[in-house]
Amino acid sequence: MIEFCGIALEHPVINGSGTFDAIAARRAFGDAILERFPFSAFVSKTVTLDPRAGNPAPRLWEQGAGLINSIGLPNKGLRGYLEQDLPQLAELPVPLIVNVMGSTREEVATLVRAFAERDEVAALELNLSCPNVKTGLDFGVDPDATAALIKHVRPLTEKPLIVKLTPNATDSAAVAAAAQDAGADAVSLINTLRGMPIDPATGAPWLGGRTGGVSGPAIRAIALAQVAQVAARVDLPIVGMGGVQRGTDALDLVRAGATIVAVGTESFREPLAAARVVREMTRSGTRRSLEAPSTAR
Amino acid sequence: MRRRATVVDARAIGAYRWLACSDDGPPPRPGQFYMLAAVERWGGGEGERPFLPRAFSYLRAVGDRLEFLWEDVGPGTRRLSELRPDDELWVLGPLGNGFAASPGPLLVGGGIGIVPLACWQDEVGGVALLGFRDERHAAAAELMSGEVELATDDGSAGHAGFVTELLADALERAPNVTVYACGPPPMLETVRALCAEHDVPAQLALESGMACGFGACFGCVVPTRTGYVRLCVDGPVLEAAALEAVA
Repeated sequence: MIEFCGIALEHPVINGSGTFDAIAARRAFGDAILERFPFSAFVSKTVTLDPRAGNPAPRLWEQGAGLINSIGLPNKGLRGYLEQDLPQLAELPVPLIVNVMGSTREEVATLVRAFAERDEVAALELNLSCPNVKTGLDFGVDPDATAALIKHVRPLTEKPLIVKLTPNATDSAAVAAAAQDAGADAVSLINTLRGMPIDPATGAPWLGGRTGGVSGPAIRAIALAQVAQVAARVDLPIVGMGGVQRGTDALDLVRAGATIVAVGTESFREPLAAARVVREMTRSGTRRSLEAPSTAR
Repeated sequence: MRRRATVVDARAIGAYRWLACSDDGPPPRPGQFYMLAAVERWGGGEGERPFLPRAFSYLRAVGDRLEFLWEDVGPGTRRLSELRPDDELWVLGPLGNGFAASPGPLLVGGGIGIVPLACWQDEVGGVALLGFRDERHAAAAELMSGEVELATDDGSAGHAGFVTELLADALERAPNVTVYACGPPPMLETVRALCAEHDVPAQLALESGMACGFGACFGCVVPTRTGYVRLCVDGPVLEAAALEAVA
């Protein structure tokens, strides 16, 4: 057992938000997916106040050692999530972390308030990769905007608040420090890096949303550098992610300063990849040393 | 869940590559698909790809033997085309919904789109109208177990022209059918429009780039009258009436 923000986890591997749909996976694979659930906590796809259709197709571009996606955060909105998704996600055998995003402080506050009173929800993750309507900049690239947002929603819930950092900030560690000072309980990083593939046939951007987020092993070294940078600056527990394919990749993130790790794109290639990563971490015998720093935090 | 399957046979059929592997997974329904990747050397091809597995409808499933067919069009299909007996594949599936049986089946396939129709014709019968670029591609028509009417773009086999011309004639003669179609988007759009015009129900097996195949990535969406749907979990077979158009 590992303790993360007061939540007991069976093992140190969770999923990155938006990289696994537990409800769809249950439709595809039946209850077998619950019996062999690969993550020790489930982070759901970003919920926004209003429903979103997502970006026009095409949404995917494969590259060497990675993927560029322009999905556009499709979701049923807060009401749809509470009515349709939450009852199903509550049946998962692991704690539920709900990822939320809003374009104003008030929107985020409404979301946080709604989940604060739901016993099914163990923690909240704030997706800061959303343009602030006041400035046009993503909340997460600006330490002051990040701090102001967290201070605004912090009093609304006793549940742990995990702040998902964007790697597109000039100084992720400064944003993490601002999040810590404003009362965040943990940070998670890295989100995808902005990228743009060109259609070789037309010379125009390939993705319907023009730009997308680069993920997969191609960004692993960037994740390690940013996790180390953030760990050097803050005392908060860190969810490290970015290109984890094997147990050794997860252990590298832990060595860089992560408390627990998340698997994302690799789950697309192999639905139970995270379970394999856990086995590989254990086999290399460093699981015990992994538990110590996380419980100390 | 994802598992290893051993290649038992592989060869060229006309312009296509045919492969059979042994698999102990659940039995599939016609129209369903699998995510495939080579166990060895998946990556390091053109542009350092492939990275993701590739989605393929299955051609036929007999006992523990699964058959596939593809055309070598990119780094994924190129690597899969190198596989020989005793090589291994990663297999995930069966995935997706598959066809639903209705009276009077009429099958329409274009190019590699004939694949899901082969096992479907085994099950429900009916005539298969098949269109190909040329005679070399039309060699794949031998994989069908039932009656076939051929069309080729260059006239080198069967009717000279599009398979949708055969469909238009068939619907004029006998409109009390259910159309099952798979093929390139322009063909499927013509099938959809013809069926709408004749008030004939149609089930279309669509294709889209997929990262995962089980609803995780939200990458394979197609627009329907009620919004985007994920082809991997809500398809790949969609009712034609649910679509404004096939794009």
